[in-house]
Amino acid sequence: MSERRFDFEIVVVGAGPAGLAAACMAAENGKRVAVVDDTPWLGGQIWRGQQARPLVPQAQKWIERFRRSGATLLDRTSVIAAPRAGVLLAEHANGPREIHWDKLILATGARELFLPFPGWTLPGILGPGGLQSLAKSGWPVSGQRVVVAGSGPLLLAVADGLKKLGAKIVSIAEQAQWGRVAGFGATLLAHPAKLAQAARIKWRLLGVPYRCGVWPVKAEGDTQIRQVTLTDGQRSWTEACDLLACGFGLAPNVELPLALGCELLEGFVWVDAWQATSAAHVYCAGEPTGIGGADCALVEGQIAGHTASEHKAEAQALFQERSRWHEFRSALARAFALRAELKSLATADTLVCRCEDVSLGRMKQFAGWRDAKLQSRCGMGACQGRVCGAAAKVIFGWGMESVRPPVLPARIESLISVAEKESAEGGKASTGSECRAPALREYEN
Amino acid sequence: MSQTYDIIIVGAGIVGAACAAECARAGLKTLVLDRGPVSGGTTAAGMGHIVVMDDSEAQFALTNYSRRLWMELRPELPAEVEYDSCGTLWVAADGEELAEVRRKQAFYTERGVRVEVLDAEDIRSAEPNLRPGLAGGLRVVEDAVVYPPCAARFLLDQSKRHGAELRTSVTVHELLGDGGVRLADGSRISAGRCVSATGPWSPALTPGLPVRKRKGHLVITDRHPGFVRHQIVELGYLKSAHSMGKDSVAFNIQPRQTGQMLIGSSRQFDAEDTAVDQPILERMLKRAIEYLPSLGRLSSIRVWTGHRAATPDKLPIIGPSVVGDRVWLATGHEGLGITTSLGTGRLLADLLLGRRTEIPASPYSPARFEGAKA
Repeated sequence: MSERRFDFEIVVVGAGPAGLAAACMAAENGKRVAVVDDTPWLGGQIWRGQQARPLVPQAQKWIERFRRSGATLLDRTSVIAAPRAGVLLAEHANGPREIHWDKLILATGARELFLPFPGWTLPGILGPGGLQSLAKSGWPVSGQRVVVAGSGPLLLAVADGLKKLGAKIVSIAEQAQWGRVAGFGATLLAHPAKLAQAARIKWRLLGVPYRCGVWPVKAEGDTQIRQVTLTDGQRSWTEACDLLACGFGLAPNVELPLALGCELLEGFVWVDAWQATSAAHVYCAGEPTGIGGADCALVEGQIAGHTASEHKAEAQALFQERSRWHEFRSALARAFALRAELKSLATADTLVCRCEDVSLGRMKQFAGWRDAKLQSRCGMGACQGRVCGAAAKVIFGWGMESVRPPVLPARIESLISVAEKESAEGGKASTGSECRAPALREYEN
Repeated sequence: MSQTYDIIIVGAGIVGAACAAECARAGLKTLVLDRGPVSGGTTAAGMGHIVVMDDSEAQFALTNYSRRLWMELRPELPAEVEYDSCGTLWVAADGEELAEVRRKQAFYTERGVRVEVLDAEDIRSAEPNLRPGLAGGLRVVEDAVVYPPCAARFLLDQSKRHGAELRTSVTVHELLGDGGVRLADGSRISAGRCVSATGPWSPALTPGLPVRKRKGHLVITDRHPGFVRHQIVELGYLKSAHSMGKDSVAFNIQPRQTGQMLIGSSRQFDAEDTAVDQPILERMLKRAIEYLPSLGRLSSIRVWTGHRAATPDKLPIIGPSVVGDRVWLATGHEGLGITTSLGTGRLLADLLLGRRTEIPASPYSPARFEGAKA
């Protein structure tokens, strides 16, 4: 096997909980399996750092199981395109890679959802997950005053993590109403481990105000954020801070599934009971099929791994457990549903697209995402619309169109597949080099 | 719906927009219809090069005339149109291609187009990222680039200031012999005349029209300001066989004001789908890297495709259709539609109003195609 071309029976994209579980099942069932991930570690975003310093027992268990499973890890490898059936193009520091598969399991996870409000682009404002990652990698937060705002269980976990690293948590602002959050707390009774985890976090955060039904409306500062204005809809107040960790839950990473032709349902990858997508031999598990957290992803991943390796009975045996986590997933969605007020936080001059500097006022002139993209170039920058596209979906209800390659920004040479390159390097004339340009008379502008 | 217009223009791409601007300015009650958003078809997919070309005298006349109209319009263009007179640099790889540089120089100079011949050393200093060893090139000084979707929007806004109406997401099913149109919902809109400016989709409204879809690919890079300074195009076609029917690629790169670059180009007939064709994309990029060796290390953000409206004689189709004086055509601009949109709009309006045209219109007349039926 060359360092550029790889062949596996089952390829899993993503080394988070869903991907690890899928790979373990498939490899343990005797298949030749590879997991492809763009990071240098196992565990995805949620278990970031667990590989080096395992603190979460569940993460440790799965990472060790993966190591024993016989599956191959292609780390630091970013999948950029699916040029034809059975092939992924990927980018690695040493050059492009071509990964061939018979069955493909997509476990691409989710990213933080950002919503624009005046001042949201000031330095010192980060996603809670992003800030946590930076802090864990040694970015100094000790003594920093941090306001944590937005929505979802992640806010508490991040506040807890930052506090442990010496940050002073000023307050936590959860946009969902207290009644809903409390109702969600009650559903945790069905998941005792989660309940205990939540109780421990809450205990450690004693003394930190956790306000529900509160959201940020404005950030102010100079070279960085100095204060944030929060509201409960009745009154507003400001809180001085050095950092604002703000994210409104998670948005699924559906770009690669879309590139492979998988159909979406209400913004998530549609799968059947076997975790099979609408695309032949392509399966999907975890957050892209619905934001349900690590436990849900682990069960879905196991089912996908079993199905893809033709162990359907084992897959079916997990259906009931999955149902329980799907109830949890629904409860999560209900409890932390975004309030309508969040759609109108941005003012006319608030930037929505940070890559191309497109304001809300400019975007409002257009009838839809495609029109806005063509005329204002929003979503056409280096983030490929990951931030503003997700925001525009919340604010305007605009749907994303089909995705275009590369799925992630990639070196131009990486778009040239390996086979083509190797034959050219071997001195064989490829079809491409034979052909000189045609009549420039039929020129294009 | 029964409302009378002097003229209905079907298609809100750059050609339809230019026709609308001219018709409305001339006082015609104008309606523009498009099944999608403004410039959602070929206009969105192309590069936006304002360029003089010399395949034939007729092609030269229309491109040169149109480029002059762009230069006249320039002071009025808003910033988002991104008009940038970066010039075109035609690159000669060897002595044979250098002979073509000299031929072009003579042709253009004779006709008053500003050009400069570059030798091997000049071309290195003009574009340091080009590979060493190129023979030379020709700079066409006043060629420019624009951002086509905003250019089309600007022309439509101009037409609206003269009373034109624009309706998007409206699909026309039939051009009626009396000058009106029938919509997808069965309703009719009456008008004195209608114009099809529907590019590669025009044969659907005008069966038998000799317009074929010709697929192209483009790649846009991340921001790498200054990597290239001109729109650079190879002169390598001299060595190619007559490949009118075959898939082909040519090196063509354009700097944008954002520091991004557009990399082209490819041409394919009988490829109606919009999917990225990996083998042709690879050929196109390899060609570009042959000319710009360090290009391969730069970051690309997006690859997409589009369709050009190709005609057998590589000239657009402008004027009354062969069925009669009420159904007009402004289509078949292949890869030159952004440049020639302004000339097309002006010619169309002059012909409609019986004014004298500034360049002869007959080379572009629909009547030149025997057997074309509307």
